[in-house]
Amino acid sequence: MSTDVTRWIPADDTLVVQRAPQPGGAGGAYRAFGETLRGLKTTMARVFEGPKTISYPEEKVPVYPRFRGRHRLHRFEDTGLEKCVGCSLCAAACPADCIRVVAAENTPEHRVSAGERYAAVYEINLARCIFCGYCEVACPFDAITMGHDYEMSDYNRSDLIFTKEMLLEEPLERTPLRSEGE
Amino acid sequence: MSMSIFAVVGYAEPWYIQIVKSLILFAIAVQIVPIVLLAERKLLGRFQHRYGPNRVGPFGFAQPLADIIKLATKEPFRPSTAIGFLYGLAPIISLLTALAAFAIIPFGDVANIFGEEVGLYGIDVGIGVLYVFAFGAVAFYGLMLGGWASGSKYSFLGAMRAAAQLISYEVAMGLSLVGVLMTAGTLSLTQIVEAQSGMWYVVPQFVGFLIFVVSAFAETNRAPFDLPEADAELVAGYNTEYGGAKFASYFFAEYVNILVVSGIAVTMFLGGWLLPFGIDPPGFVDPFVVFAKIFLFVFFFVWIRATLPRLRYDQLMSFGWKVLLPLATLNALVTAIVVVATS
Repeated sequence: MSTDVTRWIPADDTLVVQRAPQPGGAGGAYRAFGETLRGLKTTMARVFEGPKTISYPEEKVPVYPRFRGRHRLHRFEDTGLEKCVGCSLCAAACPADCIRVVAAENTPEHRVSAGERYAAVYEINLARCIFCGYCEVACPFDAITMGHDYEMSDYNRSDLIFTKEMLLEEPLERTPLRSEGE
Repeated sequence: MSMSIFAVVGYAEPWYIQIVKSLILFAIAVQIVPIVLLAERKLLGRFQHRYGPNRVGPFGFAQPLADIIKLATKEPFRPSTAIGFLYGLAPIISLLTALAAFAIIPFGDVANIFGEEVGLYGIDVGIGVLYVFAFGAVAFYGLMLGGWASGSKYSFLGAMRAAAQLISYEVAMGLSLVGVLMTAGTLSLTQIVEAQSGMWYVVPQFVGFLIFVVSAFAETNRAPFDLPEADAELVAGYNTEYGGAKFASYFFAEYVNILVVSGIAVTMFLGGWLLPFGIDPPGFVDPFVVFAKIFLFVFFFVWIRATLPRLRYDQLMSFGWKVLLPLATLNALVTAIVVVATS
């Protein structure tokens, strides 16, 4: 009975490691001196290239059109009615569970949205939002979309809970936009 | 000739001028260190594609002031394991020796200021450069005591490294200057500068100059020889446990030391206040020439810091003892032979 397995030959697995030249006497000193000068040249070239810093509050990097910033709610442009019908699909899709919707019936005297019902309360807790955009995808009426604003820091956690009125307002154009190919 | 226990002084003014002079020198040191500090941070930024500090005041010029106010108003504290007296004394030793060594750098010849003959230097002692080495040797107590008295392992490690490094490189530094001293035939720094009116010693003593510059980096604990501080491994070395004004003293002393070694290098090798090509401006320009040359050196210090990584400890030691020391000795030997052969 022969053990006919492919034998492992260690020599096949050895790698040839290329090492840096050993620091020799005079030659090594000469090489070290030359390499130091090369390094000095490299760093000096960085000075002439100039700083690459973007001084943030004064200069801003433009965001892309599909950038997912702070949400906004929309109205119909012709009638001025809210697009949101209070279906809570966004709240169901939200993985961070940061959307709270309380729906109410539209009445002929008090018509807020185009559908049967409307969102009496619509709150997004931006302290919890992870800006995944699932709410935008889930919405059957394109009532909620992600905007381009990313400057949302605040001093108080409760100030980060955005109400329906805040989300419906036209957002401040604080961030520059760039086109898709740019 | 009666022997004096004091060193021979080349030119001495009346006592009141000396007091005024020392105050002015102190003021100059205090004024220049923040400039060097800011220049270093800004330059380092440029070397790394950054701006450096540019928020406090126009172009960040008030940054050193803000730093000083921050450090000076911090709570004085010390670890419970520290030895109080030495812990407080160590930064003072560092500061004092650095400022005392600053006194010897000649910023010009004897000038006539308001009818008084005033030498544009702290003091022109006959032992010249030995004075600097003497204070350099005492300055090492500042680091050593600071690290030891802190009662912290990191501080102690940093202090031990500092001690070993300073001792090793002081030898090479001293020997690298021997060539200059032999060529000039004097120890007095003003006379060494005057001896360079024909040719700056950086040309005939180029090897000595290189050795001096390298050991100057090691003596001032600057990159690539910043092992005593080695932020990445030792937190901050001997000054880990220091904060507030005590830390500021150490920091200040470090930068004065940079100015001192730059000043010595300028005096010994770059012709002090002399200008090349026979340009001979009036006496009041001399200090500005010296400062311009010193700032050239400071720029080089920053450039090197931005370029070279820190050495390993054994590399540091073997480089000091096996490369620099034999080279410096050989340089001194060759210079001696040349001096004897040509005289």
